[in-house]
Amino acid sequence: MKVSEVVNLLEAEVLTGEESLDMEVSAACGSDLMSDVMAYVKENVLLLTGLVSPQVVRTAEMMDIKVIAFVRGKNLPQSIIDLAKEKGIAVLRTKHPMFISCGKLYSAGMTGRGVWD
Amino acid sequence: MSDGIIRLKFDILPNDMSAAGEASSGVKKVLNQLGVEPQKIKKAAIAMYEAEINAVIHGGGGIAEVVIDKEYIEVKIRDEGPGIADIELAMQEGYSTASDEIREMGFGAGMGLPNMKRYSDKLVIESEVGKGTTVTIVVNL
Ligand SMILES: Nc1ncnc2c1ncn2[C@@H]1O[C@H](COP(=O)(O)OP(=O)(O)O)[C@@H](O)[C@H]1O
Ligand SMILES: [Mg+2]
Repeated sequence: MKVSEVVNLLEAEVLTGEESLDMEVSAACGSDLMSDVMAYVKENVLLLTGLVSPQVVRTAEMMDIKVIAFVRGKNLPQSIIDLAKEKGIAVLRTKHPMFISCGKLYSAGMTGRGVWD
Repeated sequence: MSDGIIRLKFDILPNDMSAAGEASSGVKKVLNQLGVEPQKIKKAAIAMYEAEINAVIHGGGGIAEVVIDKEYIEVKIRDEGPGIADIELAMQEGYSTASDEIREMGFGAGMGLPNMKRYSDKLVIESEVGKGTTVTIVVNL
C-alpha cells in the first residue's frame, strides 16, 4: 500500500515527509511500547503509535522505519517533527484512535506480515 | 569497509530523554558510511540504543566507547549508577524497576536487556551494586 493511501484511509495530515507519499509500506505495527517494536518488527513497516516522545523517532531510526502515524490527534511538539525530518522519516497525524486506525488499514488489505512472524 | 580500526566515544547525559539515542544514531551513521550490511547495522543500532537508554534511565548517564573493526563492532557502555543486584533476574523479559515516568515515555517494559541479547552476537554485563554497570555488546560484521 502506498503511503498516500494510508494518508487517505486515516484522513491524516502529513506533518513532514511529503516526498514519501509514493513509497510502499507492506505492513504495519501499532504499539506504544518502543522496546516491543524493537523486539519483534522485522520488515520496514508503518509504525502507528499513541506515544508522543522523541524516542518514537529514535526507535524508527534504529529500525529503519520510514513512516510514523501518530494516532488520536495528539499534539506533537515541533522538536519531534524536526527530528523526524532530519532523519528522513515521514510523520502523519490522524484524529482516529489506535483501534480504528489499525482497523481501517487492515480492512483495506494492510497486514502485519513481517512484524510478528 | 576501510582497513583501519575506528574508535568512537560519546557522553551519555543523565535524565535527558530527548538526547537519548544520539550516540547510537552517530554509530549507525558511521556504519552506513562504511557500507556495512543494513541488517547488521540494525542489530548493532538496536542493541546499543537499548543500552544507551538504560544508561540514561537507570545508570545516571555514562560513556559509550565503540570499536569498529573489519569483522566486528564492539560497544561498551559504562555508567556509575546503582548497579544491578541480580543480573539473571534483570535479563528476564518483563522485569523492570523503571518508574511510571519512564513507562510513559515508552520504555520500562523490561525488554531492553532481552533485546540486547537478541540482537548482539555477544553480550557481557558486568555490574556491582553501588558502583555501576558496564555492558559490552559485540555484533559480528
Ligand atoms: N545500567 C543499569 N544500571 C542499573 N540497573 C540497570 C541497568 N540496566 C538495567 N538495569 C536493571 O535491569 C532492569 C531490566 O532492564 P531492561 O531489560 O532494559 O528493562 P527496562 O529498562 O525496561 O526496565 C531495569 O529495570 C533495572 O532494574
Ligand atoms: Mg531498558
